[in-house]
Amino acid sequence: MKLELGLIHVTDLQFGDVSKVEDHVVYINQEDIKNLILEDETIESVELHIAKPGESVRITPVKDVVEPRVKVSGNGGVFPGWTHKVDRVGEGRTHVLKGMACMTIGKIVGFQEGIIDMTGEGAKYTPFSQTLNFIMDIKPIEGLKQHDYEKAVRTANLKVSTFIGELARNVEPDEIEVYEHDNVLEGMKKYPDLPRVGYVLMLQSQGLLHDTYVYGVDAKQSLTTIIGPTELFDGAIVSGNCVSACDKNPTYIHENNPVITELLKEHGKTLNFVGVIITNENVYLADKMRSSDWSAKLCEFLGLDGAVISQEGFGNPDTDLIMNCRKIEAVGVKTVLITDEYAGQDGASQSLADATPEADAVVTGGNANVVIHLPKLDKVIGYTEYVDKIAGGWSGSLQPDGSIIAELQVITSATNEQGFNKLSAR
Amino acid sequence: MIKIVHYINQFYAGIGGEEMAHVGPCKMDVIPPVSKAFTAAWKGEAEVVATIYCGDSYFAEQTDKALAEICELIKSVGGEMLICGPAFNAGRYGFACGNVAAAVKAQMGIPTLTGMYEENPGTDYKNKTIIVPTANSAAGMRKAVAAMAPLALKLAKGEELGPYYEEGYMYTGIRKNMFEEEIGAKRAVKMMLKKLAGEPFITEFPMPSFDRVAPNPAVKDISKATVALCTSGGIVPKGNPDHIESSSASHYGKYDIEGVMDLTEETYETAHGGYDPVYANQDADRVLPVDIMRDLEKEGKIGKLHRYFYTTVGNGTAVASAKKFAAEYSKELVADGVDAVIMTST
Repeated sequence: MKLELGLIHVTDLQFGDVSKVEDHVVYINQEDIKNLILEDETIESVELHIAKPGESVRITPVKDVVEPRVKVSGNGGVFPGWTHKVDRVGEGRTHVLKGMACMTIGKIVGFQEGIIDMTGEGAKYTPFSQTLNFIMDIKPIEGLKQHDYEKAVRTANLKVSTFIGELARNVEPDEIEVYEHDNVLEGMKKYPDLPRVGYVLMLQSQGLLHDTYVYGVDAKQSLTTIIGPTELFDGAIVSGNCVSACDKNPTYIHENNPVITELLKEHGKTLNFVGVIITNENVYLADKMRSSDWSAKLCEFLGLDGAVISQEGFGNPDTDLIMNCRKIEAVGVKTVLITDEYAGQDGASQSLADATPEADAVVTGGNANVVIHLPKLDKVIGYTEYVDKIAGGWSGSLQPDGSIIAELQVITSATNEQGFNKLSAR
Repeated sequence: MIKIVHYINQFYAGIGGEEMAHVGPCKMDVIPPVSKAFTAAWKGEAEVVATIYCGDSYFAEQTDKALAEICELIKSVGGEMLICGPAFNAGRYGFACGNVAAAVKAQMGIPTLTGMYEENPGTDYKNKTIIVPTANSAAGMRKAVAAMAPLALKLAKGEELGPYYEEGYMYTGIRKNMFEEEIGAKRAVKMMLKKLAGEPFITEFPMPSFDRVAPNPAVKDISKATVALCTSGGIVPKGNPDHIESSSASHYGKYDIEGVMDLTEETYETAHGGYDPVYANQDADRVLPVDIMRDLEKEGKIGKLHRYFYTTVGNGTAVASAKKFAAEYSKELVADGVDAVIMTST
């Protein structure tokens, strides 16, 4: 199974008369995008913005971030179950507009959406200060319920990202990355001496605006299952999450899942990457028991020697993380966990809500409670009046001079638990 | 030259042993050898300008007063930093070192550092001051000074210490964010390869350890069982004959209750310094229910109440100490044919 990612390095993003990609510059015709978004009758209006690295710009409250991609050969299309019919993806060639991101903002829930600063202290923590950002500020019709609004915004971003990705279909990539993996039998025959490593990818599925979708299926209604590593690179997993900005996985990060990328790079060299197990983080104990039993069972069925487990969110999902760890270690499979911490503003509290001695190998994305000072920036795209309300902010976080004092958790993807960043803690 | 103050106990000050543990804080006229060893290690960059000693009992019994006096002495000599100990495995000395270092850091805002054995109850302060692990006896003094001195100098200069596993101090549990060279996913895969190969690796987040004890099966016939009472609530015969400390206990007591039907205000009290003692002193059965157990004995609901009770103070007592006490006296309980234990806390 082989997927080629054709990377087109985007050097600039501009509005233009015609939507196109030319000489590494993405031009977007505003009408094209507005027409597309306003197909949805639940959306009243949309405003479009562009923000570039280094600009004195603050974007908030950010909902999802998506990387535009297009499938140029092989089965199916990107974001199966959403903008393309449900059809198997993950093979052939996909073009990627590398260096840009599409993000949605809007009033939405107003609790757990994030801040992206393009310069200053905040920019150090979010990976999206380094991308050319295409921003859609989407306003719902009067009286639209929050979950319907979330769905409308999520769908709009996937449609727009698919549209922009389509502009790259016939562009010659600057770079081709080849990702290849073997089926269980081939891998075993080819690399009999390499350790068999799997990846347990935990998906946020607590419901009530905390959801993740796999080929269009709501993950909370799915049993723990297996997915091909490269399927994610074609948008098989989509975020519908409004959990804390710092450690939810935006669709962009699912498309670029760093654990899968690293394991594929090592496949056949230092390890045999056997497969990806996706499991959920539901709220009921029975679901937690079943899902973690299933994770351990699948690790055992695949005959793994080791499994990297990544988490999404914090608090309640800490119990899922620890149950997965304990049960997977119990079937003789060694684990490494990726999580983040809520150790209090002073760093002195217990970082996770649960613990187990088996979790002796942990990678952390940092303490999300750390207080940061974000300077006033020249321009705000969106609405800073929510800063006091989003998770990590408090009444008074937004200072009279426009600067912000809040916990790191307000920054989109700052403590990502798929290991996307360099931030850590000791 | 950086001015550093050194805190030691009466023993290292050469005043005396346990019999002199009651003396209050005092600045020494002559800098003692243990302090000079630190000055020598700093090679002219810093020196111990004053050594303060305090009796271990004095400190334990009037901690706030002792601390105020110690802070005054530090101010009077213009101390820019405080080092305490090393206390090795001396429990109360370790407690004093940890407490003084933590309090002085918090109250005076100057850096502090101490050294002690890893099982010393004073290590409970490792999240409030920097504690360097040492050997369990003074035989390890030279090594302790060699380990403590460079870290003290760094702190005195206002430098940030590196992570505990590189610098060699005890894990503080205080989490600090930092940027790594590589992304988390790469670090995770590398850690996985090391774990699989059985090679050493360092977790980025050491799990808090919980000593989970599986409950014993239920007593088959409680009406025939010998039941013992034990407590961490500090109940002792009036006058606390074995001087169990009000906090961070270094030992436990074993007391005969043959023929005792009721604990009264005249006969028993609590040594515990962590709660309002009025009600326990009025009627110690409230913590150690001898009266009820005698009733149950009479009614035939239990076989009998064991002749001895075991007691200590749970207040600030290190888990390692508590574990040691129980490991000792549970052997006696088994040897005495005790079938069940009721352990009361406060």
